[in-house]
Amino acid sequence: MSEYIFPEKNIISIRDLGRDELDYLVETAWAIESGRIKPNLNGRIASLLFFEPSTRTCFSFESAVKRLGGEALIMKGTNGTSVQKGESFSDTLRTIERYSDIVVIRHAVEGAARLASEVIDIPVVNAGDGANQHPTQALLDLYSIKKIRGTLENVKIGLVGDLRFGRTVHSLAQALSHYNPEFYFISPSFLEMPEHIKNELKEKGIKYTELPEVEPVVPELDIMYVTRIQRERFADSEDYERLKGSYIIDKETIKGAKEDMKILHPLPRVDEIACEVDSSPHAYYFDQAENGVYMRQAILSILLGEVK
Amino acid sequence: MKQLKVDAIKDGTVIDHIPAGKAIQVLKILKTQGNHPVSIGMNLPSTKFGAKDILKIENHELSAAEVDRIAIIAPTASITIIRHYEVAEKRKVSVPEKLENVAYCPNPNCITNAESIATRFKKYKENADGKVDYMCNYCEKIYRAEDFKIKLG
Repeated sequence: MSEYIFPEKNIISIRDLGRDELDYLVETAWAIESGRIKPNLNGRIASLLFFEPSTRTCFSFESAVKRLGGEALIMKGTNGTSVQKGESFSDTLRTIERYSDIVVIRHAVEGAARLASEVIDIPVVNAGDGANQHPTQALLDLYSIKKIRGTLENVKIGLVGDLRFGRTVHSLAQALSHYNPEFYFISPSFLEMPEHIKNELKEKGIKYTELPEVEPVVPELDIMYVTRIQRERFADSEDYERLKGSYIIDKETIKGAKEDMKILHPLPRVDEIACEVDSSPHAYYFDQAENGVYMRQAILSILLGEVK
Repeated sequence: MKQLKVDAIKDGTVIDHIPAGKAIQVLKILKTQGNHPVSIGMNLPSTKFGAKDILKIENHELSAAEVDRIAIIAPTASITIIRHYEVAEKRKVSVPEKLENVAYCPNPNCITNAESIATRFKKYKENADGKVDYMCNYCEKIYRAEDFKIKLG
């Protein structure tokens, strides 16, 4: 590996990471996947604190820890824990800090991981805080795009679905903005990309086009990034019922796609990608989920100082 | 001779050109209530703004930090320090780069509204109309300064 010294102690928000850090994370994930380096977490303990339920992210971190030879302490939900007895978040963290070498946190409340990083001295990884950030998802998405294309530069990418509440698309847009992408934001008007993200892109001179239908841009795309319209983010269930199923990507939708166009999805999917697409050469979402393990191995190894 | 609607003060600070209706909020964030005599003029005619509020605080000269706090809710305000009925100094309001525990985060799902911790915001953007946006250090949501609910001292 290069002599680069990773400057961050924690991974809390994509906003904290510049291009050098993103490149280093992607490079490290590839070095691990290809077997070029073998970080060893033997004797190290990661606490995976999932205050909010998650299957994929939690399993993926657990798999990453175990593949590196480390141990994981796992809390899924707060049933039966001192949190239910009224313990403050900060106190829970201060205690867990004594048991482990690194903490991974998923929490429904926004800013929880940032606060954790201020309260304790061991490294903290944000595994999703409410509708705010999910930086490890954005990092594994970057890693996937790099593997697909060989470069992160100048990608033409369509973000499809819930661009308003979907934290993964916000983080991904911010991460990719270091690499001169061209975005197509495809959503119903109620779920369009927030103004502040669009303003950030404008200020960086990044091109984006907003449109309600995916079909007209399919032939342009290198990557189609599809998201689920998430029931849990809607205050009004009528809005959800009106908008769910706005986009269903099937074989017909992608028939004009470039041969090497790939479809990504942070998963879980409901019905936004038809199962018939799974067998198409364009489907990449399960490879993307696997990439999450390599990226999380990279994150854990870097923050624990085990990348040599 | 121009007639003053609020009496002149001997020593202290005059905060003029406060947006109409914001004087009470300004007073709250200055934490001066009870300590010094304060005169308030509200909805006074202003050639520049149509209407304005004015505050006169006796025997207290605002510090630079206090002036910065005023900028959050009254960026157009002008500050004059009075000594022996004379203008001793004029201070410019400048928008602070950081707000440390000055305002509540308007996002109900922000951790600062769940745990008893200080709020922190950093300046995100100064808009063309002079209004300023701040980003919460925790939930990363962006809010217009004038929409903040100010914490009382």
